[in-house]
Amino acid sequence: MIDEKLLKTEEKVVYALRALYKSYGYLPYKMSKFEEYELYSENKDFLVSDRFITFNDTSGKLLALKPDVTLSIIKNLSFEKGVKQKVCYNENVYRVSSFSNNFKEIMQTGLECIGDIDIYDIYEALYLSAKSLDIISNDFVLEISHLGLLSNLLDSVCDDNVFKDKAISFISKKDTHDLESLCKEYEIEENSMNKLLKFVSIYGDRNKVLKELENLSVDLDGFNALSELSTLLDNTEFSDKIIFDFSVVNDMNYYNGIVFKGFVKGVSEGILSGGQYDKLLNKMHKKGSAIGFAVYLDLLSALKENLKSYDVDILLIYEEKCSKQRLAEVVNELVFDGINVTAQKSIPDKLRYKKLVKLDAEGVIC
Amino acid sequence: MLNIALPKGRLGEKVYAMFESAGFECPTIKENNRKLIFENKELDIRYFWVKPSDVSIYVERGAADIGVAGKDILLEYSPDVYELLDLNIGKCNMCVAAKKDFYDDCTKTLRVATKFKNIASHYYSSIGRNIDIIKLNGSIEIAPILNLSDVIVDIVETGITLKENNLEVVTNILPISARLIANKAAFKFNTEKIEEVMTKLGEQVIK
Repeated sequence: MIDEKLLKTEEKVVYALRALYKSYGYLPYKMSKFEEYELYSENKDFLVSDRFITFNDTSGKLLALKPDVTLSIIKNLSFEKGVKQKVCYNENVYRVSSFSNNFKEIMQTGLECIGDIDIYDIYEALYLSAKSLDIISNDFVLEISHLGLLSNLLDSVCDDNVFKDKAISFISKKDTHDLESLCKEYEIEENSMNKLLKFVSIYGDRNKVLKELENLSVDLDGFNALSELSTLLDNTEFSDKIIFDFSVVNDMNYYNGIVFKGFVKGVSEGILSGGQYDKLLNKMHKKGSAIGFAVYLDLLSALKENLKSYDVDILLIYEEKCSKQRLAEVVNELVFDGINVTAQKSIPDKLRYKKLVKLDAEGVIC
Repeated sequence: MLNIALPKGRLGEKVYAMFESAGFECPTIKENNRKLIFENKELDIRYFWVKPSDVSIYVERGAADIGVAGKDILLEYSPDVYELLDLNIGKCNMCVAAKKDFYDDCTKTLRVATKFKNIASHYYSSIGRNIDIIKLNGSIEIAPILNLSDVIVDIVETGITLKENNLEVVTNILPISARLIANKAAFKFNTEKIEEVMTKLGEQVIK
């Protein structure tokens, strides 16, 4: 029997998320801690960080501690028409932290739905993302973007790839002033520039965004997908916490369609990230489509927990000459009553205790 | 409470004046003391002075919801933040400068002294020039004079320091100005308040 009081926040979250994903038919997927280096080096841009911890195995083959889970899952899955493979995982990955510039072990949990997926599966991934965030904190925001919309708009504005890369970087920062300067530098026609600037500046309530998108006459497929998803999400308990924001961008060489990011109050960066990655499947010579997301559990430590003001309920100080039989009886009785106790001969430095109890040489509590 | 990180120094004072004119005043900030944190409980805002190069760290890590940082710092450290407004103040240029008689011998590796390692590397890699970066923390202008480097990459405001040290601008890499930045998560949970600051501050910007 697990005593919930003993679990740390991230342990409780892992447990609850596993139960959630399992209830929607996502089967646990266990993988090795390392893979061949080539798998990662060939798909560097897909990864959050492009540096890996490498080592040689006994035959001299170059391996890497896994910096990512998705690639390993895709590698081992095969396509079957009409079928989708749903897996969930809870794994440690090894990446360079952007803050410290050092390798960090990060506990990550998430799910992947790969195969013959349709709009329902995208909705399900979004709904489960919202539910995952809600398990962490009910003060959350899930923001959704559509890379197809963005990519079509950029194609219609300018063909130059350098322009597109720079524009995407400014869009991800909601930096409309530099985006405007870039458009002027590339002599983009005013109407197209204004359309792009407007597209970047609309975000928030889904219906409001959809209305404004209608006026911008953007790519119809993308618009219809967003519209259909929004209607499906209207009927969920999290509808008002799910917004549209086109500043969410992932690498367009790997991702397409819906991409999303989740934030919870109290954590300074996105705690959940996901999207459709059909292009990655394609690059790895796999058929079908895919969507998935990951929850970065290492960020949970930023959430304030109600810390106990003491480490043990009772600090039991016993005399050296006290019968050890008697000491064992006293300790076991306290533990039996659900009290935490530490038996010591003197008061340890830095130990925080609720009550101090002494056991004298005759075994009498005083 | 909206936490705002301001850069200490002349630029910070100009920035605060803009916030004040926009209706986000905090009278205690003008008191002559060494305090670094100032609150206006009525407006539910808190300002704090930090080293200019640290503003983006405070914002990226969420200790501040918004802040004002120079474009030079944003390009050098690439923090994952929103860049909401160009305040059009603190204007200067990121430049390559060298001694007046400098000749760029392309057969040799160019020695570049700078505080802005990433900006310099990015610029020279964009033009395919092989360089040796010498990271300095101040008095960059003396590096070419003492033959520590061939050129420097630094911000140039008036050009007086360059002139007085017998240096001149070789290339303007990019224009720099102060930007209003926001933590991405804070923006999600404080959208209205941050948008209000952005709009009212935007009205103070002189184009």
